[in-house]
Amino acid sequence: MLENIDALIAFHLFGIPINYTIFYSWVVMALLVFFAWLATRNLHATLHVSRFQTALEVIVMAMRSQIKDVSGDNPMRYLPIIGTFFLYIAASNLLTIIPWCYAPTSSLSTTGAFAFCVFCAIPIYGIRNVGARTYLRKYTEPLPILFPLNVLGDFSSVFALAFRLYGNVLSGAVIGSALIMLAPFLLPLPLQVLALLTGVIHAYIFALLAIVYVSAIGPEKKFIDTLNYY
Amino acid sequence: MDAITFIGGISVMAAALCISIGGLGSALGEGNAAASALRSLAQQPDESGTITRVLFVSMAMLETEAIYAFVITILILYFNPFWDYAVAAAAK
Repeated sequence: MLENIDALIAFHLFGIPINYTIFYSWVVMALLVFFAWLATRNLHATLHVSRFQTALEVIVMAMRSQIKDVSGDNPMRYLPIIGTFFLYIAASNLLTIIPWCYAPTSSLSTTGAFAFCVFCAIPIYGIRNVGARTYLRKYTEPLPILFPLNVLGDFSSVFALAFRLYGNVLSGAVIGSALIMLAPFLLPLPLQVLALLTGVIHAYIFALLAIVYVSAIGPEKKFIDTLNYY
Repeated sequence: MDAITFIGGISVMAAALCISIGGLGSALGEGNAAASALRSLAQQPDESGTITRVLFVSMAMLETEAIYAFVITILILYFNPFWDYAVAAAAK
């Protein structure tokens, strides 16, 4: 009933076993690159733009406005990493409705890798925003004795980021397979429609929390202050 | 009662308790958060963007507890180390 997709081998590439997590990650990457190539093949700034270009512009503009609202900073600084997270996670969550396809995000190795990227991005963006001294001073606030707790807080927030995405995608898969055993054909259908919604929402939540963590030390702290105690 | 029956029974009970208590707390918290967000939306409809965003983030934070409980339940049911140990000991 519960498949560990890390243990299922899809095929062997030059003698190296490739499991389904890696294989479907490559499928999602190929799909994203293909559609991006299709959309940007002939870009126009006139009134006659293609449908793909319009769709892509809507997505990019929405991401830019969300990042701008949350970080209160120039959104183009964060768009490369945050936008990649959102598009990749949304695409891999939506892959579950295709039969015989597994979402790569239902494996803890994938979500752990995402969370590790966020973990590395926090000090990089923090030091780029305010410099190393001010960034390191964050850990001694409000009292220097709280230094271990602040470090632990960074670790646990990133850890929760990985487990949240993994658990949500996995719980959808487990409920789906349990209902298929109970009542096939009709009963799993509404839950799969619900999985479309939750898949996009969890991509949004992952990207949103990544911006909150990455831009927590920034030039302007308006929205972030309300979220600091999380 | 031999060890393997005891471990199996206790594991199922533990899994049921884990997901029920974990889900209960998380559900109560999410209900409170949604109720407060709706109240704020009724008072200040102009701030709907910010309220919805903070609601999403706090829902995700609250749901994490339930997800932890769910992961532990899955571990107990499918990847139980004590059960594996008991089976290996019985096979010996």
